Amino acid sequence: MQTPRTLYDKIWDAHVVTTLPDGTALLYIDRHLVHEVTSPQALEGLRVAGRRVRRPDLTIAVADHNGPTSDRRRGIDEPESRLQIETLEANVREFGVPYIPLLDDRQGIVHIIGPEQGLSLPGTTIVCGDSHTSTHGALGALAFGIGTSEVEHVLATQTLLQKRAKNMLIEVSGRLPLGTSAKDLVLTLIGKIGTAGGTGHVIEYAGEAIRALDMAGRMTVCNMSIEAGARAGLIAPDETTFAWIEGRPFAPKGEAWRRAVAQWRALASDPGAHYDKVVRLDASEVAPTVTWGTTPEAVAPITGTVPDPAEEPDPARRAQMERMLAYMGLKPGQKLAEIPIDVVFIGSCTNGRLEDLRAAAAIARGRKVKEGVRALVVPGSGLVKKAAEAEGLDRIFIEAGFEWREPGCSMCLGMNPDKLTPGQRSASTSNRNFEGRQGPGGRTHLVSPAMAAAAAIAGRLTDVREFL
Amino acid sequence: MEKFTTLTAIAAPLPMANVDTDKIIPARFLKTIRRSGLGAHLFDALRYDGEGRERPDFVLNQPPYREAKILIAYENFGCGSSREHAPWALLDFGIRAVIAPSFADIFYNNCFKNGILPITLPRDVVETLMEDTRLGANGKLTIDLERQVVIRPSGEEIHFDIDPFRKYLLLNGLDDIGQTLLHEREIAAYETRHGAEMDWLPRITL
Ligand code: SF4
Repeated sequence: MQTPRTLYDKIWDAHVVTTLPDGTALLYIDRHLVHEVTSPQALEGLRVAGRRVRRPDLTIAVADHNGPTSDRRRGIDEPESRLQIETLEANVREFGVPYIPLLDDRQGIVHIIGPEQGLSLPGTTIVCGDSHTSTHGALGALAFGIGTSEVEHVLATQTLLQKRAKNMLIEVSGRLPLGTSAKDLVLTLIGKIGTAGGTGHVIEYAGEAIRALDMAGRMTVCNMSIEAGARAGLIAPDETTFAWIEGRPFAPKGEAWRRAVAQWRALASDPGAHYDKVVRLDASEVAPTVTWGTTPEAVAPITGTVPDPAEEPDPARRAQMERMLAYMGLKPGQKLAEIPIDVVFIGSCTNGRLEDLRAAAAIARGRKVKEGVRALVVPGSGLVKKAAEAEGLDRIFIEAGFEWREPGCSMCLGMNPDKLTPGQRSASTSNRNFEGRQGPGGRTHLVSPAMAAAAAIAGRLTDVREFL
Repeated sequence: MEKFTTLTAIAAPLPMANVDTDKIIPARFLKTIRRSGLGAHLFDALRYDGEGRERPDFVLNQPPYREAKILIAYENFGCGSSREHAPWALLDFGIRAVIAPSFADIFYNNCFKNGILPITLPRDVVETLMEDTRLGANGKLTIDLERQVVIRPSGEEIHFDIDPFRKYLLLNGLDDIGQTLLHEREIAAYETRHGAEMDWLPRITL
């Protein structure tokens, strides 16, 4: 009998083209997603070497990081952003790569549109020059971020040189309590295992609480695997997955669909498969969570307080905590629910899907954004925006005083005009709270969409359960 | 890509853990379509104040360390985004090797693709090397990749591990794509086999 294998092992084994003498594998890539920030140097490299794109039919390009989220028919004011997008457009024409234009409804954040278009499918390998490619693992695909040299490598060869990762299992039992979401779950997990907890591993998420998540929630969890140090997160595909994929534009159809689903059912990890590391968590312990520092592992329940560095025994960690509190402008012992905020950002590849907007709108409905707070809602794609408008979510947000914007990465990383100014504090549904991430000197508290909406209304970080 | 054989250079200490790629090169400098020119913004927020003036207390603004080609830091160096702009910025500044107790995966890979050698050594050894850097120009370290050793100013040699294939590429300044294309026939054969197994996978056309 064959040794029991994990989901990761199975996808890996099916994609090894050849193994080099030192154990490095040449791994075949089924889907390559390309965006404007990490591709220009790769395509320039191809051009200089006289190489072509080996499989344009497995490649798709979209501009997402730089686009303004105000009216884009006016064009892009910022010359460098415009140059990156124009370079991408020239490159896709030259190399014959399929491209979703900026003014197309299907345009959006690459990690939102891959699944949305049915491009991201179970059992496939997916790469993109962006670390949050881990998102697509929610569909049972082996998906991870790569650097620009690797983008060039995939374009030229449709393969990657890869070392097999270790297997890590995160099993979440129980059910998430009222007022919490997949975001609170993944923040709690990162707080537990740390930002290097998954380094060298591919994380498979399993257990009752994961099974109970809808696809949007699963994508939120897999998205932040990279914040836990893992390059990829995986969830075994099940009926929820199949129902969600069926009928999407690039999903298999008819007889091909039936064959695909039959293969996908066999992907789940075998009983007795080996994991190098196992972490267990009871979902009922998860509370609405916020970050207080400048690393995603600096989390606490909203009912808690800013921790005191004096209580940290390790001097290096203590110094890091002190630096974080100084940057964040916080004092030890301060109640988290009393921290005033200036800006609220709802969006990003972590929480820019329709379900996320619904969760935020449920809190915003019939309420008003606190005076002096700027609150932005940025849908993850043009189609998310349209679907939200069809449900009237835009009206709810606008009436409550939120800005309803065009899709893109926006204030997640502040490459377009949506930025924090120095010292401004945000409650953000994005994934990184690093120093300056949302603009130089900006201070970020990561939260769920519902918590972000609640913060906008209260004008401070606040416990969403008070709004339920 | 430039070969990496031996390097004798000033090393700069950066005694911080979890140095993320936003810290190495903030996102607002990623709007370039070239690989060069990013060195001026390496560690931008640490190096310059709000008005763009150098912060004299930051190590890379201090005389001997301006010439540093080696950087020494603590755990989980390079965590965060996959931006290759991080190694490009280091390289453009002149850094050819980074020594730390651990690195984030993507950053670690990206270093090799750009001729930068990331060296993993235990925390206590890193502390010792960091002490050496205090000697400034008198505390140069030598890295001999062929022999896999870091040589301290005292002459003491410290062994490090490195993947043999990566070592070979770095020593010879070879690019991975050329190496992979040597396997063209295997790739084509795989494509035929895989295409039959996953015949349900749609081609992308718009
Ligand atoms: S939304 Fe943020 S994390 Fe996601 S791809 Fe865009 S910039 Fe990266």
